[in-house]
Amino acid sequence: MPEIKTETLAVRGVELTLRRAGEGPTLLLLHGANGSASWLPIMEALAEHYHVILPDHPGFGDTDQPDWMDNISDVAYFYLDVIEAMGLDSFHLAGHSMGGWIAAEIAIRNATRLKSLTLISAAGIRVDGTPMGDLFAWSPQETVTKAFAQHPFIDQMLAHEPDEAEIETILKNRQMAARLCWSPRLHNPDLKKWLHRLTLPTLILWGDSDGIFPEPYAHAYHALIPGSALEVYKNCGHVPMAEARDAFLSRLTTFTKGAA
Amino acid sequence: MDFFFFNLMPYGALDLDYDKKYASANLVLPNSYYDPKEGHKLYTRYMDELEYADELGFDGVCVNEHHQTAYGLMPTPGVIAGALARNTKNAKVCVLGRALPLVNNPLMVAEEFAMLDNITAGRFIAGFVRGLGVEYHAMGVNPAFSLERFHEAHDLVIRAWTETGPFAFEGKHYHLQYVNLWPRPYTQPHPEVWIPSQGSEETIRWAAHPDRKYTYLNVYSPFSAVETFMSMYRRVAEDDYGYEAEDRQLGLAVPIYVAETDEIAAREAKPHIESFFNKFLRIPNELLLPPGYTSISSLKAIALAKREMLGGGKEMERMNELGMFIYGSAATVRARLEEFQDRVGLGQLCTILQFGTLPHELTKKNMEIFATEVIPHFRGRARQVQTEAAE
Repeated sequence: MPEIKTETLAVRGVELTLRRAGEGPTLLLLHGANGSASWLPIMEALAEHYHVILPDHPGFGDTDQPDWMDNISDVAYFYLDVIEAMGLDSFHLAGHSMGGWIAAEIAIRNATRLKSLTLISAAGIRVDGTPMGDLFAWSPQETVTKAFAQHPFIDQMLAHEPDEAEIETILKNRQMAARLCWSPRLHNPDLKKWLHRLTLPTLILWGDSDGIFPEPYAHAYHALIPGSALEVYKNCGHVPMAEARDAFLSRLTTFTKGAA
Repeated sequence: MDFFFFNLMPYGALDLDYDKKYASANLVLPNSYYDPKEGHKLYTRYMDELEYADELGFDGVCVNEHHQTAYGLMPTPGVIAGALARNTKNAKVCVLGRALPLVNNPLMVAEEFAMLDNITAGRFIAGFVRGLGVEYHAMGVNPAFSLERFHEAHDLVIRAWTETGPFAFEGKHYHLQYVNLWPRPYTQPHPEVWIPSQGSEETIRWAAHPDRKYTYLNVYSPFSAVETFMSMYRRVAEDDYGYEAEDRQLGLAVPIYVAETDEIAAREAKPHIESFFNKFLRIPNELLLPPGYTSISSLKAIALAKREMLGGGKEMERMNELGMFIYGSAATVRARLEEFQDRVGLGQLCTILQFGTLPHELTKKNMEIFATEVIPHFRGRARQVQTEAAE
């Protein structure tokens, strides 16, 4: 199994904590509002195919919150600086949920270094008439039942008792997620206007039972990004990396090979 | 000690079984539970009670702001305060307070308060609050910027009241090319300011600052916590700012029920005060404490204790022991308030004499006994500081 190494990188006064594993084409993973926890269980499997980089966004996990970072636009520009600082010239970018939103905002600003873009259960747009779930008002139990579709996952998550350190991380992540995404809720009204600029290979992956961004969000993204490919997994919630793990891995690796 | 009559204006006709279907009387309770005919009767009655408090000799009448809730029917307290400004003669009209971060242009608050101050010829007290956490859900405002917006909005209001306009206000959250208040406040340099709060060192330091010397009004805390916060205010004033805080800078808001005897008070108050704490003030943590509104360390302590802050199950007797509700005969209530006054040097008491479902007749009786048998006892009574250390 490829070893996961943790390091820090100083960019714009932020000590960015990031994990790296594996060799091969570079795949930069952007996590959602819940932090890197949604990517970690699949990171080693991805590292069999890629040089995987998984940062904790500023204000999440082990990275501190800079005072000046107020919105997703700030985060996107920050990552453009990170990409330059790391010397990433040609790489695959994949983002989940809020991380998908960040990925889309990065790509509309500058996609010249990107080989491909993968948006998984992504925030960033609003589909009128289809309300998104209210992450910030739900209890932890409600969140689990909205985010997952399959019982083994729901039961496992509900049975989990976080320890003190984990509670602190959860609270930190929620606070920064609120700062960045509370209003307008989990989207940028202007993003829709510019998604047509994404002409790079783009893959959209979604669960048909996502209680946070229901399936119409997948189709809306698909319609807004010309030439994008869409795959919707059956009986799958907000985290296809968990609930459609094998199909997800195989689709992503095939897609990025084609985009190399 | 000065005495104020606070009416929260709850929807007293609420079907108390709502909680079999809904988690809270805030935000998620469908407004089909509100009957406008009952609402009209309640507004009329509550305003009568506020005006009656003026006749009874209370020093002030207080209203406040809450949104999308059966807990309080004053999303715009200035409407009530405007009527009180004309229908009261002596009592100060107090808006305790407006939730500054919830408005997108705080100049509206500066204007509204300046109008009230002019109409009443300075018989007005301005309260500034952040609003309950649940109100950040109700109004769509980002709780992570609550404190920033509060401070910036406060600075804008004070500058609008005190500086000659027009001037430009260049903030992070509020940007105005022209600030030029008409009317200017009647009270110079500006109306008296109170800060209702559940208590935090940061708020107390800020309120006590010599540039402000605002009255810190503690709401809904056990008396042990009130004592801690008020001692902190006095200590910060003395040690850090080099002045002695006056009693007028320390206030407490608390529901009280006084009757002919302790037994009658207990019997008459119990269902209504328990409806207040357990039904009207029932809010799950996720709604009450949105991320960013409260510090991570406080939220962590609550999560580790698995504590629902406002989850119901509160009993009158326990609330009385904690000092979060006071009931009894006039003698009992006087003794309790003397203790409060002596222990912390309380200068302002906001009595909540209507709470939850308490009907008009009992509210009126409560007000009358309080006004005739409790207030006069404290006129001219100074704090009696214990010289002996507590055993």
